[in-house]
Amino acid sequence: MSDDFRSAVAAGVLGTEKNYRELLQSIVEVARAIFSAKASSIFLLDEATDELVFEAVAGEGSESLVGRRFPSSTGIAGFVLVSRQPLVIEDVLTDPRFSRETAESTGFVPKGLMAVPLLHEESALGVLEVLDRPSEARFTLAEMELLGLFAAQAAIALDLLQRARRAQQALAGEGELAVLARIADRLERRRDDEDEGTAAAAEFLATLEKIL
Amino acid sequence: MTEEPLPAWSLPADAVERIALPEAWPGQVTREWAWGGATGAGVRVCILDSGVETDHPLVGEVQQSVAISIDGEEVLVDEQDSSGDLCGHGTACAGIVRSLAPDCELTSVRVLGAGYTGSGAVLLEGLRWAIEQGYDVINMSLSTTKQKFANLLHELADTAYFRRTMLVASAHNMPVESYPWRFSSVISVGSHEAADPFAYYYNPSPPVEFFARGVDVEVAWMGGGRLVCTGNSFATPHVAGVVSLMLSKHPELTPFQLKSLLYLTATNVGDGS
Repeated sequence: MSDDFRSAVAAGVLGTEKNYRELLQSIVEVARAIFSAKASSIFLLDEATDELVFEAVAGEGSESLVGRRFPSSTGIAGFVLVSRQPLVIEDVLTDPRFSRETAESTGFVPKGLMAVPLLHEESALGVLEVLDRPSEARFTLAEMELLGLFAAQAAIALDLLQRARRAQQALAGEGELAVLARIADRLERRRDDEDEGTAAAAEFLATLEKIL
Repeated sequence: MTEEPLPAWSLPADAVERIALPEAWPGQVTREWAWGGATGAGVRVCILDSGVETDHPLVGEVQQSVAISIDGEEVLVDEQDSSGDLCGHGTACAGIVRSLAPDCELTSVRVLGAGYTGSGAVLLEGLRWAIEQGYDVINMSLSTTKQKFANLLHELADTAYFRRTMLVASAHNMPVESYPWRFSSVISVGSHEAADPFAYYYNPSPPVEFFARGVDVEVAWMGGGRLVCTGNSFATPHVAGVVSLMLSKHPELTPFQLKSLLYLTATNVGDGS
């Protein structure tokens, strides 16, 4: 709970889910542009249900895919998440099953894709995918490196998004720590409203007294 | 090799003859000496991965398909797994080993596909099971980032090393700590960009010890399909294949000797012959 409390305070100070969503969206937009790809997406692992969820999509399929879920350890994205290994598929030579499964998880049938795990500290938080680079461009290890750099950035954004969500839950929850978190949030707005700040400070002291 | 095991930590004078190597290495070790004429026959290779499609033309016969899972505290080993490959990746790795060592014996041990939660523990138990079976080579094109498994994986990697099971593991090309490729008792593999399946480089700046073909590799995939793939995942079975050839010609080689032989025959060492 103390982690959630810290997250809650941090969320009040640092930003909101909306900010982090925008950051994720910007990462997939840039990834798509840099690789001249048809689409790019970020999946977040939902540990509670063991599923991957589309969090941000740029390019083809972008309207309909956000929020869609699929099992966390099957298909390309699932494999990349569980094995921690980045994977690039350049050319689908003959494989109806691959096409069908990726179509289900991407919204269209790509000819190739790059998928990289989003690793933060010990955890795999999700997967970044870039779909259909121009077919004449041969893949190089330098691009793999670039993909890795993007993944590091995306992983940090995903971590912040998860913290913001936990913080929201803490703020909306019951109990003394939730009250403290709400007070911290309100104290943060003190500069905007002097009276609000005073009231928040009074509530904070009362709650603190109760706890002690 | 010897009738009675030698004392663990010492070598008595009367035992020196007992550890004489059956075959001295030539002054200059060549690829011809290391695996010339070898097909992988007699070598048991384990693909620890997402499963292997058994009737794929690029994979050929799969001796056994095993699936590892964990139910609560209990480790379940299904020794007749029929679900094949859940992703395609294991089939790709198996096909690469087969292309280099056509007569080796392949076994699939599936440790992926049962969900993200608990996947580290399944990987660990799969590796433990594979080491107990005494495979000559285990191909691991995967890793875990969970610190709590690092010590156990390290112990298992050392156990494999001393039991003459050569673990060949994919290195990570991202700035994170992951295992087991970082352990010195395994052969760690990264990618180079050349198209030659027999080109491999020794890295004088470990932890990644060798680089093998890993860019634009045509591989077997699910549904009898083929894909062109890139990743250290595909470099690793190239080294597993070469090691299988070496063991097929020189079954007495230990993991220490196999690493030395890989070094001596590496493309960037000496004249690369």
